[in-house]
Parts: sequence; structure tokens; C-alpha cells
Amino acid sequence: MDHLLSVWAWSLAVLQALLVLAAAPLLVGWVRRVKARLQNRKGPPLTQPYRELAKLLTKEALVAHTASPVFRAAPYIVFGATWIATATLPSLATGLPSAAVADVVVLAGFLALARFFLALAGLDVGTAFGGMGSSREMMISALAEPAMLTAVFTITMTAHTTNLSGVMEQLLGAPLALRPSILFALGALALVAIAETGRIPIDNPATHLELTMIHEAMILEYSGRHLALMEWAAQLKLLLYGTLIANVFFPWGVATVLKPSALAFAALALAGKLAVLGVLLALAETTLAKMRLFRAPLFLNLAFLLALLGMFSHVILEVGA
Amino acid sequence: MTDPALVLALGAVVVALAASSLAVSTCAWAERVGRLYFLLLGLTGVLAVAAGMGALTGGGTVATAQLPLGLPWLPWRVRLDALSGFFLVLIGIVTVAVALFGPGYVREFSRSRDPLWLLGGLTGLFLTGMLLVVLADDAFLFMVAWELMSVSSYFLVVFQHEHAANRRAAFLYLLMAHVGGLSILLGYGVLAAFGHGFTFEAMRAGELQPVWSSVAFGLAFLGFGTKAGLVPLHAWLPEAHPAAPSHVSALMSGVMLKVAVYGFIRFTFDLLGDARLGWGVTVLLVGSVSALMGVLYALMQHDLKRLLAYHSVENVGIIFIGLGLSLVFLSAGLTVAGVVALIAALYHTLNHALFKSLLFFGAGAVLHATHERDIDRMGGLLRRMPWTGLFFLVGCISISALPPFNGFVSEWLTFQAALQAWSLKSGVLRSLLPITAAMLAVTGALAAACFVKVYGVAFLGQARSRHVRRAREVSLGMRAGQALLAALCLLLGVLPTTVVGLLNPVSQLLLGQGLDPVTTESWLWLTPVPAEGASYGAPLVLLSLAVLWWGGRWLLARGPRAAVRRCDAWDCGFSPPNARMQYTATSFAQPIRRVFGPLFRIDERVETEGGRQRHFLHVEDRAWDLLYAPVARLVERSASRVVRLQTGQVRTYLAWSLATLLVLLWIIS
Repeated sequence: MDHLLSVWAWSLAVLQALLVLAAAPLLVGWVRRVKARLQNRKGPPLTQPYRELAKLLTKEALVAHTASPVFRAAPYIVFGATWIATATLPSLATGLPSAAVADVVVLAGFLALARFFLALAGLDVGTAFGGMGSSREMMISALAEPAMLTAVFTITMTAHTTNLSGVMEQLLGAPLALRPSILFALGALALVAIAETGRIPIDNPATHLELTMIHEAMILEYSGRHLALMEWAAQLKLLLYGTLIANVFFPWGVATVLKPSALAFAALALAGKLAVLGVLLALAETTLAKMRLFRAPLFLNLAFLLALLGMFSHVILEVGA
Repeated sequence: MTDPALVLALGAVVVALAASSLAVSTCAWAERVGRLYFLLLGLTGVLAVAAGMGALTGGGTVATAQLPLGLPWLPWRVRLDALSGFFLVLIGIVTVAVALFGPGYVREFSRSRDPLWLLGGLTGLFLTGMLLVVLADDAFLFMVAWELMSVSSYFLVVFQHEHAANRRAAFLYLLMAHVGGLSILLGYGVLAAFGHGFTFEAMRAGELQPVWSSVAFGLAFLGFGTKAGLVPLHAWLPEAHPAAPSHVSALMSGVMLKVAVYGFIRFTFDLLGDARLGWGVTVLLVGSVSALMGVLYALMQHDLKRLLAYHSVENVGIIFIGLGLSLVFLSAGLTVAGVVALIAALYHTLNHALFKSLLFFGAGAVLHATHERDIDRMGGLLRRMPWTGLFFLVGCISISALPPFNGFVSEWLTFQAALQAWSLKSGVLRSLLPITAAMLAVTGALAAACFVKVYGVAFLGQARSRHVRRAREVSLGMRAGQALLAALCLLLGVLPTTVVGLLNPVSQLLLGQGLDPVTTESWLWLTPVPAEGASYGAPLVLLSLAVLWWGGRWLLARGPRAAVRRCDAWDCGFSPPNARMQYTATSFAQPIRRVFGPLFRIDERVETEGGRQRHFLHVEDRAWDLLYAPVARLVERSASRVVRLQTGQVRTYLAWSLATLLVLLWIIS
């Protein structure tokens, strides 16, 4: 593993980490913009999420009397864990050393760590809304996580590795073939991504209607820099799921050699893929209505079922393929 | 008997016995005696750890000895190899922590009528039993030690016998321990018949017919599985473990279950030899169901110690998933994958011992400070007990399998083992294994939900009752016991390569092969399967989390900006929330109760009484009405038939005994 110790590769990994951090608000801005256009509104400019973050970061942080140290530590942990998860995902190039630190199971672990502290923060102040959000979030994640891992396992079984960088190289190297297992896994992962990033029809990122909130209910008590970190983490998570879908199922464009030209092309390709996914997400959010909370399990069971079908079709149809 | 490690191990047994007799000999418990007693207990732990480490690092030496005890033709034999060594380390670490935690905790009892000398004496005997089980090299000593462990722990469960619930739990525990013990005894009987001897050496050499080897496996699985608390036989466990004093609960859940795991590994992997596919699949399925049901029932609990006991069922399930995977791979001839699975199971065994003992200590500390076990009446404990709160948080993160703590490493290894399924030939197995991996994922996510519930409701938020509001941090010793285990939880999570290196001798002993890539690759990366297959850089994960933590605080909360303004909670602008408006443990789990409803027996009703409405909710374990109650009815019905033999006259009974003897003699001749 000599490449793991090369300075060039490590600096690229750091660069990739900074890049995803910078790009995350842009994706959210893009989705909001497209959504506004679909609803015949002009919509805020693409830079609006950056302005919001900048504003929050300079504002004073308010903390409730009843809050414990966990409340103040949680934003840093949530943000840190989500950023590490997003940064270790091979966004631009395969074979970066950061990908060896965390394979896809570790990635899920980081997201779980972030969620754990997010839910604790929701319970910390001792308000009814916070507890409600935490309770719902943990229920949804308990149903979404197996679906996500089963979908990912289907792909990793095809590639014989849980290292996403390895998976992409494998898929790029293989001749183009329509594998039913991959299609099913894509469907499952798309549903999971919607649930995990708190989008319609599971949760609504734009709502402050008390009884329907999930993610917003947990971060209700946050303000100032704490809120900025929480919001940024949510944006990173959306980028993470977008990149995961874009790069694992459509790996074309990802650089397999660490040359500047290939990396630039990879960045453009990723931007294009994410833009398309953003449009699809906006379309789905505009045409669908939010579900009742207890319909969410049906939605996630469908995801799990799709993932299982993918697994079975891999085992039955693609043995030895 | 020249091997120093074995001498240390036997020394540990002797010191444990000495501690026990010291406690018993002083019928009145004085502070000074107590200090000496716990010192001896700590010494036992240190000796056990030293002996175990000696065996693990001794390059695969196996030391045996004969004790001048036992039957004339069957002296007790002891043996220390890598497997026993590993379990000695495990027992030793928890014992040291108990020795630190215990003095502060038992002070509670010195004011009550419960005889402390008895508690001390029984704990010592319990420890002696567990150490001897691990060291035994023949079925006779094994069973004697096993019974010593079971019976002494029965008395520990019934220690606070003023409560009828404790007496009932203890009786159930004794009953199940003996059903299990009987099953193990019969299992050894089968091996002894084919091996022509009761020593493990003879049993290893015995050639079993396929049917009989499966019978022996079934008996052992039943016996050890009962003790380990596998579903559907688990129902005694959440009754018995919480009933004992908390440091004993830690020993029972953290260590005694592991002794059952040890017994299963020794029996199946060592004595029985060649693994069969059917065994592996059975173990895998039972393990998966245990993991899932354990965590689901845990979510429904609001008694802290009961909840932790149900989590033991879950974690034992995860350990058995690893063992089952290992058996499946071994039966298919895939030794490398089998090694990964076995190492994962052993790693989780150690991890569970650490974090479950830590959590039971935390529950004990809370009980000590508030006299409260019901989570729904706690709240805000973190601000009143900051150290206990911090250590409990470490335990919660570890058991929820979150990086960078230890629980994550062993679950990650289990996932990696399950994902080696592509190398199997059978299509059924190839799809079964990833499904168990998915079950493991559900279990992990639900465990995280459960510990968000526990920590969020008990330690965060506002106090829900008066005595919780008055809670004080516990004594230094009690904190030290927790601190030791919490530090180990982090260490085992960050240095997985070192730990796997220590586990290698065990797998070398049992399977003839270790996990090589781990030790040859850089210590930064844990790579159980070929490095390009999967890797986990635990130290780097911790490093990057720490850098982000300090960096983030340095950037954002520096100098004058570090201060935050304190204000009332916002809560969407409603009137200021009070403690009763918070989510409780029961309401937190409500969505999950509803989603998984069919798996529980839920009794929920609203009763109106004189204009006041009362809401009842009772969630019961399905194992009761599906397994325990029918068996109990069957036993009662047959007992009422047999009662006709009962005449009250000794000579009739003697006649029956004679007749039985004659029949038995006729059968074997």
C-alpha cells in the first residue's frame, strides 16, 4: 500500500475534502432554485445557502438554561462525522488514501454517529418537540439503514470489496452490461437517500409546521454558529447521498489516475451528474405530497424489498458473471 | 506444573477463594475487612489478566497440570491454552473494575439488613467457579465449576430476597441453569462415550458417528445457549440479571454469559472438530433472531437494568452470528473467512464484556445516587453526575456500534465476514448470509435508537422526580471502575490491529490459522480480507475527528465569541416547557412499538375511574406465552399424574428406587 503514504495523494484527499465542503451548499441552492422554477417562482439565487451560513456563523449563539454540554458539543461532532464521511467517499478520483480509511460500512457508521448525537441534542433541552423529532428520526433510520446496507452489499458482492473506490474501479473496468441487481439497488438507495436526507415525502426541509417536523424539530433550539454547523452537516449529507448514487451507479468520469486533467474532468462530470440528480429531486418534491409518519415504514419497507430483490437477482442471475 | 502462566492462573483461583473465605469468616463486615476483600478481588483480576496475557503471547504453548483433588480415578486436570487465556483476560479485566467499583457500591448495603459478608463470600465463589470453568481440562471439573458458578450466582440473584419478584426471578434462573446444565452434561456424556474417558484429551481423540456428533452439538448448543440467553430460551435472563446488586449484574451479564460462549467454542470448535453446515446455519439463524428480538424488547423497557439485560441477549446474538458464520465457512472449507468470523465473534465477546459491565456500573451508580431504576423518572443526570454521565455516554456509543469505539470494530469485522459469502458455492447460503448482515444492520440501528432513548431520557433533559433532582456524583472508586472500562472501550476501538494480533493465537489454536494480513500491513489499517477488499483506519478516524473538533472550536468559538448567552428554551414559542412535557422512554419508543407491533404482546388500555382516566401500557415478552407458559403447564400436568406415587412412606420410595436400579441394570447389561 505504498500509495497510501504518498504526499501528493494525501494532499489531493485534503483538497477533495475541502471541495465537498465548499460544494455542499451549492447543491442545496440548486435544488431550491429548480424547485422554485417548477412552482413558477423566481426563487433565491444559488448563493443563498452560503449567505445563510455566513450570517449564522457571525451571530450570537443562544443556549437554553436546561442544556447540558452535549448540546454544545453535538454540532461539532455531527458536522465532523458527516464531513469525514463525505470526504472519504471517492468523489473525484479512485485510489485516494482517504478511501482506505473508511469503506462503505465505516461510512454508514459515521452517518450513524452523526445521527446519534443529533438525536441526543434533540432530547437535551427537554422540550416536547425535540424529543418528538429524535424519536421519529431514530425510527426512520432503523428502517432505512438495513435497506441502505443491503443495497450497498449487493454492489459490494458483485465487486468483492466493500471499498467504494474498489467498487468504482471494478465497475469502470467491466464491460457495460445491464445488471438487474444494480437497477434494484439503485431504486432502493434512491428511496433511502430521500428518507435519510429528510426530503419529501418523508420529511420536509422547508417546514416549521410543528407536528410534521423531524429534522427541524431536533435542531429547533439551535442558533448562531451551532445552527450553521447543523445546517451545513445536513447539506453535506445531501451531497454525500447524491455523490454515492452518481459515482457508484454511473461511475463514468471518475478519475482513475491522479492527473490534474483527469481530476478536472471528474469534477465537471460530477457537477453534471449532481445537477441532473438535483433536478430529479426537485421534480419529485414538487409532484409528491408529504406522507403521514406511519406511512413512512411502508416507503422504507419498499426500499428494503427492492434491495433484497437486487441481492437475490445477483445471487440467482449473475452467478459467476 | 512449571508453566508460569498456569501458576498465575491457579494463583488467581486461590486468591478468589481466599477472598471468599475472608468474607465468610468475618460474619460482621467491617470497613477494613471490606477494603482487604476488594484488594484480594483486584489481585485475582490482575493475576487472571497476567496469566491470560502470558498464554496469548506465549507463542501457542499449552500448559496442563493435575490437581490433587477430584475422584480417585479422575483427578482434576487444568489446562491453559490461548482460548482459556483470552477468557481469563476478559474475566480479569472486569474483576479489576469490580474491585474498584465495589467498595463504594456495597456501602449502600451496610446500612440495610442484608449480610454483606454473604454477598462478598458468594461473589468470590462465583468468580472461582468462572475461573475454573475456563481452566478445566476434563468434563468432571468443568461441570463442578459450572455448577459452582450457577449456584453461587443463584444466591446472588436472590440476595435481596425481600422482594417477591427477586425470589421468583432467582427460582426461574436456577431452573433454567439446571436445564442447561443437564443438557451440557448429556453432551459431554456423548463425547465421553466415544472418547472412552472424561478428559478433554480423550474426547478430542474420539471418533464420533455423524448422527451422534450432531446430537452432541445439539445438546451443547441447547445447554450453552440457555446460559448465554439465546432466544427463545432467554426469558429468564432479563429477570435474573437485574435482580442482583449492580456490580454482580456486571459480572453476570459481562462475564458469565461469556463463560457460556467459552463453553460453546471449546465444545464445538475444539472437542467436536469438523464443523457441519447444518450447525452453522442453525447457530446463525438463532443468533440473528436473538440479536433482533433482544434489541426490540430492550427498546420496550423503561427499567434501566432490565433494558441492559435485554441488550445482553442482543449482543450474545451478535456473538453467535459470528460463530455461526465461522462454522458455515469452515464447513465449506473456506478457512480464511472462517477465521475472520471467529475473530469477529471473539472481539465482540471482549467488547461486550467491557461495555456491558461499564453500563451496569453506570446503572449501579445512578441507582446508588437516586434509588431509581425507572428511566421515565430520571432526567438531567449529566449535570448532576458529570463523570458517570461521561462514562455512560462512552458505553452507549460503544454498544451502539459507532466509530471510533470498540463495538464498531467487531460489528465491522462481522460484516466483512458475512460479505465473504460470494465465495460460497451454494446459492441459498450466498443469499442467506447477506440477509443476516442486513439483520445485523437493523439490530445496530435499533440499538442506537435504544441508547439515544436511554441517554437522552435519563442523562439529558430535566429531572422528572425529586430524588433525581438531588442526585450527587458517586465516590472516587466507583468512578475509577467506570473510567478503566471506558478507557479500554476507546483503546480497543482505536487499536484494532493490536487486539486482532492478540486474538490470533486463539484462532491458530482452534483453526490452525490466524489473520495474517493484519499484522503484516501497517498498524494504521485493519485489513482482515485482502487489503484492496476492505480496510478500516481506526487511528486515523480518531485523529481526524479530534482535529475537526479542536479545529472547529478554535475557528468558531475563540476568545470573546466562546461565550454563549443562556436563555429560555424556544420550543416554537409555546409557554416554557416543564419536566413533564418531555418525551419519556415510553413515548420515545412508541413509533417503533407501533411499527414492530406484531412481535410484542402489547396490553394497552385506558381505564376511566371516577372521572379520572388512567393509561395502562404493558409490553410482554412473547417467549413467555409461546414457550415458557406451555412448558410450565405441561410440567404441571405431568406432575399431577406422578403425584400418585407420592404416598409419604419411605419404604415405598425405597422400593421405587430399587426397581429403577434393577431396570437400569437390566438395560445396560
